[in-house]
Amino acid sequence: MARSGTLAGPRRRSGMGLARREAMMGLLLVSPWLLGFLIFTLGPMAASLWFSFCEYKVIQPPRWIGLGNYQRMFTDDLFYRSLSVTTRYTLVSVPLGILAALAVAVLLNQNVPGARVIRTIFYLPSVVSGVAVALVFSWIFNYRFGILNYVIGLFGIRGPDWLGRPQWALWAFILMSLWGIGGNMIILLAALQGVPVSLHEAAEIDGANSFVRFWTITMPMISPALLLVTIMSIIGSWQVFTSAYIMTGGGPAYATLFYLLYLYRNAFNWFEMGYASAMAWVLFVIILVCTLLTLRGSQSLVHYEGA
Amino acid sequence: MTTAASIRRGRITRRIVRDVAPKVLVYLLLLPLTCFIIMPFAWMVGSSFKPIGSGIKFPPQFIPNPIVFTNYPLVFKTIPFLMYTRNSLIVTLTVIVGEVLSASVVGYSFARLRFPGRDLMFVVLLATMMIPYPVTMVPTFIVFKILRWVDTYLPLTIPAFFAPPFAVFLLRQFFLTVNRELDDAAKVDGCNELRILFQILMPLSKPALTTVAIFSFTANWNDFLGPLIYLSSARMYTLALGINYLRSFRGGGDLAPQMAAAVMFSLPCIVLFFLGQKYFVQGIVTTGLKG
Repeated sequence: MARSGTLAGPRRRSGMGLARREAMMGLLLVSPWLLGFLIFTLGPMAASLWFSFCEYKVIQPPRWIGLGNYQRMFTDDLFYRSLSVTTRYTLVSVPLGILAALAVAVLLNQNVPGARVIRTIFYLPSVVSGVAVALVFSWIFNYRFGILNYVIGLFGIRGPDWLGRPQWALWAFILMSLWGIGGNMIILLAALQGVPVSLHEAAEIDGANSFVRFWTITMPMISPALLLVTIMSIIGSWQVFTSAYIMTGGGPAYATLFYLLYLYRNAFNWFEMGYASAMAWVLFVIILVCTLLTLRGSQSLVHYEGA
Repeated sequence: MTTAASIRRGRITRRIVRDVAPKVLVYLLLLPLTCFIIMPFAWMVGSSFKPIGSGIKFPPQFIPNPIVFTNYPLVFKTIPFLMYTRNSLIVTLTVIVGEVLSASVVGYSFARLRFPGRDLMFVVLLATMMIPYPVTMVPTFIVFKILRWVDTYLPLTIPAFFAPPFAVFLLRQFFLTVNRELDDAAKVDGCNELRILFQILMPLSKPALTTVAIFSFTANWNDFLGPLIYLSSARMYTLALGINYLRSFRGGGDLAPQMAAAVMFSLPCIVLFFLGQKYFVQGIVTTGLKG
C-alpha cells in the first residue's frame, strides 16, 4: 500500500481526507464478502426466481411458463408428501429435541463432578454427523439384527421394523435427531451459566422454591438462547438430506421423502431445474415464515436484559 | 460424649440428604441418557472388529468375539481409501485457507473501519447466515456447469475465498474485543491496515482463528451434498462419498467393513474435537451454529 501517502496525508489534508481514505480501505477490504454475496447468494437467488417461472431441463435453454411450476406443485402428490413428511418431522423433532437439550443442560448445570466429561460425550455426535452416522444407524435400526430392537426386546417388547414400515420410518429419523441434541445443549448450558447467582439467592431469601425460581428467573433469563435454538433447529429440520439419502432413499412408500431429498431428485436425477428452483423458493418462504412466526409468537415470552 | 457424636452423626445425615441426594438423582437421570449417546459409538467401534457376516447374527454383540482386525485392510482393498482421503484433505485444507484469510480481512473491515453502508452490509451478512444452502443450490450448479467446473474441486473450494458469513461474524466479534490502542499505536508508527491485521490482530486472535478452522474442517470433511452434486467421476470422490460407495461392493456391503470405514472416516473429526474442545464450545456459543 502507499505508505508514504498514509504518513504525509493526515498532516497535509483535512480530517475529511483521512475519513475518506478509511472508507475506501474499508470498502476494499469488505469487497470479498460483497462479491461473494452477489455471486453466490443474491445472483443465484435472483436466477432461481427466474428459473422458477421456466421449464428448464439443462439441455435446452429455459422456456418461460409463468406460474406453471407453482401450479404443478398443487397436483404433485410427491410434493405434498415431502411437505407433509418434513412438517411432521419438524413438529415432533424440534420441540422434543429442545426439551431434551434443556433437560440435559439443567442437569449438567448442577455442578456434579464429571459434568465436563458428560458434556463432551453429548457434543460428540455433532462432530461426526453425516455419512458415518447414517451408516451406523442403518444397522442399529435393523429389524431383526439391530441393537435397538435387541435392547427393546430385553424389556419384553417386540421392536418394529423401523426403516421398513412407513408408519415407523419417520420415528426412526426423529429418534436419530434426538441423538444430536448436543449442539443445542451447549448453547443452553452457556445461557444457564450466565444466569446471575445473586438473583437466585435473592429469590431464595424471599422464600421461592426451586421450581418457582426456575420459571420466574431461569426461563426468562435463558429465553433469548431458547429462541435462537428453536429457530436454528427449525431451519435445520427443513434441510435433512444425507441421512435420508443413505438410509432409506425416501422410502418405504415415500414415508421419509424429506423436502430436500425430493428437491435434489428433481434437480439432479430428473434435471427439472425449473421445478426444483420453484421448490427452493417455496422452501425459502417456508423457512422465512417459520422464523417470523417464531419471533412473533415469542415476543411476549422472550426477555432481553436491559431492553 | 455420646450426645456430641450423635449430633455430629445427625448433621452428617442431614448433609447427605441435602447435598448428596440431589447429585445422586442427577446422575441417575443423566446415566441412561449418556448411555443412549454412547451406544452408537460403542456399536460402531465394536462392530468394526467383528468377523464378516456378524451383521446378520442374533443376538447382536457389543464386544466382538472373536476379535478380528481384517476389516480395516479390507476397506483399503475394496475402495481406494487413501485416494479419497487425499481428495478430502485437498478440499478441506483449501477451504480452511480461503476461509481464514478472506474472513479475517472482511472481519477486520467490519470491526475496525468506518465506511458508508457498513451497518447495513453487516445486517445483510447476518441475514445470509439464515439462508439455507438448497435455496441457491440449483442456479449455482448451473453457473458452475457453464464454467465447466463440474467434476473439479473448484465449486467446493472457491466460494470459501469469498468470506463465508459464519467465519466473518465470529472473527469480527473477536476483533472487537481486542484493545484498539494497539492498532492505533501501529497506525501512528505508519503501519497500513493489512499490516495491522496480519502482524498485530491475527497473532492475537489465534483462538478465534482456530475456532473458524476447526468448524470449517468438520463441516467440509463431513459434507455429503456438495460433493454428491459436483463430483461425478469416482477418482475425484471425497471420503464422504467414497465410504458410501463401499456399500455397493460385494465384500464391503457387510456390517464389519462398513463400520471400520466409518471409524476411520470419523476419527480425524473426533481427534480434532478432543484437541480443540474449548474452541468448539466458544464457536457454538458465539454464533449459535452447531457445527
